[in-house]
Amino acid sequence: MNYPKTYKSNNCRNFMEIKGLVNTLHSLERKLIPFLDKYSNFNEIVKNSGMQEIEVMRSLQWLENKQVLKIETKETKLILLTDKAKVYKELPERIIINNLSEKDTTLEKIKEKTKLSDIEVNATIGLLKKKAAIEITKDQTLKIRLNEEGKKLQSKKTIEEELFNKLLKNNLELDSIKDLEKLAFENLRSRGLLTINLSKERSIKLTDLGKQLVKEKIDTNIIESLTPAIIRNKEWKKRNFRGYDIKINVPSINRGKRHFVDQSIEYIKRIWLDLGFKEMTGNHVDTAFWDLDALFVPQDHPARDMQDTFFVGHNRVISKGKLPEELSKKIKEVHENGWTTGSKGWGGKWKPEIAKELLLRTHTTVLSARTLSKLKKEDIPAKFFAVGKVYRNEALDWKHLFEFYQVDGIVIDPDANLRNLKGYLKEFFRKMGYTDVKIKPSFFGYTGISAEIFAYNPIKRQWVEVGGSGIFRPEVTKPLLGFECPVLAWGIGMERIATSYYNISDLRQIYGNDLKMLREVKEFIK
Amino acid sequence: MPTININKKEFLKNIGKKLTDEDIEEKISMMGVAVEEVNDNEIIIEVFPNRPDLLSQYGLARAASTFLGTSKGLKKYNVNKSNYIVKVENTLENWPYAVCAVVKDLKFNDEKIKEIIQLQEKIGVTFLRNRKKGGPGLYPLEKIKFPIKFTSELPNKIIYRPLEYPKTISATEILEKHPTGIKYKHIVEGWKKLPIFIDAKNQIMSMPPIVNSHDVGKITEDTRDVFVEVTGTDFKTINTALNIFVSALADMGGRVYSTKLIYGKKTYLTPNLNPEKVKIDFNYINKRIGLELNNKQICFLLEKMGFGIKNNTALVPAYRADIIHQVDLAEDVAIAYGFDNLKEEIPKVATIAEEDKFEIFKRKLANILVGLNLLEVHTYNLTSKENQTSKMNTNIKNVELANSLNEEYNVLRAWVIPSLIQILKENKHHEYPQNIFGFGTVFKNDETKETNISESTRLAINLCHSTTNFTEIKQVLDVIIKALDLKYDIREIEHQSFISGRVGRISIRDVNLGYIGEIHPQVLENFNLENPVAALELNLNELFRLLNI
Repeated sequence: MNYPKTYKSNNCRNFMEIKGLVNTLHSLERKLIPFLDKYSNFNEIVKNSGMQEIEVMRSLQWLENKQVLKIETKETKLILLTDKAKVYKELPERIIINNLSEKDTTLEKIKEKTKLSDIEVNATIGLLKKKAAIEITKDQTLKIRLNEEGKKLQSKKTIEEELFNKLLKNNLELDSIKDLEKLAFENLRSRGLLTINLSKERSIKLTDLGKQLVKEKIDTNIIESLTPAIIRNKEWKKRNFRGYDIKINVPSINRGKRHFVDQSIEYIKRIWLDLGFKEMTGNHVDTAFWDLDALFVPQDHPARDMQDTFFVGHNRVISKGKLPEELSKKIKEVHENGWTTGSKGWGGKWKPEIAKELLLRTHTTVLSARTLSKLKKEDIPAKFFAVGKVYRNEALDWKHLFEFYQVDGIVIDPDANLRNLKGYLKEFFRKMGYTDVKIKPSFFGYTGISAEIFAYNPIKRQWVEVGGSGIFRPEVTKPLLGFECPVLAWGIGMERIATSYYNISDLRQIYGNDLKMLREVKEFIK
Repeated sequence: MPTININKKEFLKNIGKKLTDEDIEEKISMMGVAVEEVNDNEIIIEVFPNRPDLLSQYGLARAASTFLGTSKGLKKYNVNKSNYIVKVENTLENWPYAVCAVVKDLKFNDEKIKEIIQLQEKIGVTFLRNRKKGGPGLYPLEKIKFPIKFTSELPNKIIYRPLEYPKTISATEILEKHPTGIKYKHIVEGWKKLPIFIDAKNQIMSMPPIVNSHDVGKITEDTRDVFVEVTGTDFKTINTALNIFVSALADMGGRVYSTKLIYGKKTYLTPNLNPEKVKIDFNYINKRIGLELNNKQICFLLEKMGFGIKNNTALVPAYRADIIHQVDLAEDVAIAYGFDNLKEEIPKVATIAEEDKFEIFKRKLANILVGLNLLEVHTYNLTSKENQTSKMNTNIKNVELANSLNEEYNVLRAWVIPSLIQILKENKHHEYPQNIFGFGTVFKNDETKETNISESTRLAINLCHSTTNFTEIKQVLDVIIKALDLKYDIREIEHQSFISGRVGRISIRDVNLGYIGEIHPQVLENFNLENPVAALELNLNELFRLLNI
């Protein structure tokens, strides 16, 4: 439904504005306006316009919004006779007084004469007694007679009666009754003969604009909706269209949409693809061999502790996978004595059983390790990236997730060096909207020259820690590749970037799947 | 990673240089530690696990003074000869080695004792892997009598008063009652005998790596001379740990004396603080960093990192545990050069980008579904057994986790629809229709795989509103399959999660791809849902295979 236009300013309008106003009038308004000149009372407008009450009301409200008129509502309290009172032609006390004299009579006789009910007679006798109009004596039965005061009443009406008689003719406004009558009003009300009814009376007052408007010639034969029929019969050539209020808010609708995390993943992937990287994917469950041992992480490293890493198994008993035979021999040597890499290794004994343990990958660097193991000498230089889920055994809270995304990249190039690493990182983060990148010395077991990555967020004006990087150690690359070649590597936290872009402070919100939030959140556009 | 708190004033005095708080934060962090906080009295520093030698104020000041240029090159430590003898006899296979030293003329005060205890603890936690690889101990020299013996004994025969304990008890009791005993008893679990140090007067000095004797193994402000030992599983590791200790004690002002260790017929003199010689490969270092420095410049940078230089050979300090390859020298050269001073450069090497085909396929599907006004959700692969089975009115085998901290997330999912229904449950207060889709990995036991687990990617769709039904979800399926230019069959099946007679198995060319149907009202009730749900789940790996692209 298109609602008619609303005008906000009440200033004197020029001719064009009146024309504009006329143009946007709804057909109901158009039908109504001619009557506004003649009638001001709502009920009369309804009666004379022949429109439904609801149509009139709605049109009037629209016109009021346009400051064409003011709807004035007067509330009145009307005094009405109740259904019980309407039965009487005169009040019971009048009937009883007329049937009494100075001579004693009994209740039975009164009832017989007046045909009033027991309750009415008893109540009325009580009332007359209060007014000191009767004398009651007690013999064997009650004897009742009029006294002097009562006799006066025979010829004179009580205030209650006067009020009652008025009400028989017309309803009265509560505000209009006199002070003296108020007592009678209360009296009759307490006897359940009167009631108060609230009634609203609406009337219309035209504003200056309204007065101008009613003088305008208003086309009532406009096109409200363009229908197939109107197109077919070319009716549109003969009639005008009603103009809409094109500024009005319309009810919202929902669209289909990708999850915002997936949107940011797409964006990040795009960047690496633009930089000439190939995508790596792989399994979420892997052996410790690929996740840790192949990356020269010592077998007594805390990353293998139950409190840091999810292991597959049951009740703290870890399931095992299979090892690649040839490669594990080399890895064993590398750990124990450095093999042919020129390293001393970690010393001690490397145990295949520990390497077989199944875990949920702790980093997507496991994909890099697998990729290196498949790479041939003729394939280099080569560049790879992965955006994938990784897992850490954390209790879920506002700053810890147990399942999240990591962005990994490797560059295998005989000439690759630390300055190149800085170059790739800077380019990636520049495309992500971070104006500068800084690397600081750090330590990761599998990189020789390790660096923490900090990126500068120009909007928030701060350096943010965004990931780790380095050059893989020869102990990692030589057994996997089968030859020596520097490999630049980095792992970047995805959620840190997403939360900053979406201003999310509680990490749980990222995968909380609140549908309202998902529907309303902005697109990931950098 | 471990953090240490150091006294700022002492630290600056030891470096011999005035530094502002900003300087400390900037310069010290470029040295290869992370500065967590600098306040009026303290500096809080996170030390990376490859540099246990930096776990004390002394070690850190030693590294900082060469790095900042107030001293240069290798710091020399003299080891004086002595007649202290330690016999290593009948040790356990699980805990065979001990190395020792004596340090004299120390002036302990409260602050210094705290320092040493901190170093002892932190090295135990990090370098010695929570004492699983080794444990250090210190004793006032005047309380013990040489020759000392490192040996082993039955737990009920080890009777002494452990540190800060009111009375003498047995080793068995120590492991049950003493706080340190309780903390570390898992290390010695199942051992028939336990390692002990015992002196010439037959006093039990300690039970490594658990706890020292209160009577002869407690350092106080009156202590001047100490006996230091590290025991453990790996000779090389405990030697480095001892060197780190002794160097710190020497920096504190002590004079170091050797001890003679007698391992049967073999004897060793420890500590050995002579530097190890490593030939410098200048070309390799330059290439790895991307620099063209001459030999002199590289030597200068190594000296900045505390190495000695002799005829193009690096003299590696005895407390450095991390120099096992030329790359480690390269790393120190890069740090000394300053990461900030490295000019970034992207090499002009052409490589061809390639997006994973399956990932492209997933994205195409997502676009199709977005075109149908569906909203994508993103759920965890970890879930609960209950969510996968009993709440879904069905039985399915899940791959379990051995050690999850979260009870709600202790299995890997075997299907995705339950994750989406859980979302509908949590969004009952939001506007309907709630038509959602999501990708997810599912896990199944499979002996043929390297991991004995097969993984596949699934697409699940849930339509939820007051008038949804089978027709509506089938229309969605039609759109997907038509978009792929394929034709599918549906076979009627029984599945307890769905309404009987309104559920089918989807297949293409006899390859099963998944389910489609109206969710059973019992399931809706289990999830407290008041609107019907029509759902489907597709195995995308199989579907992708059928595409032959």
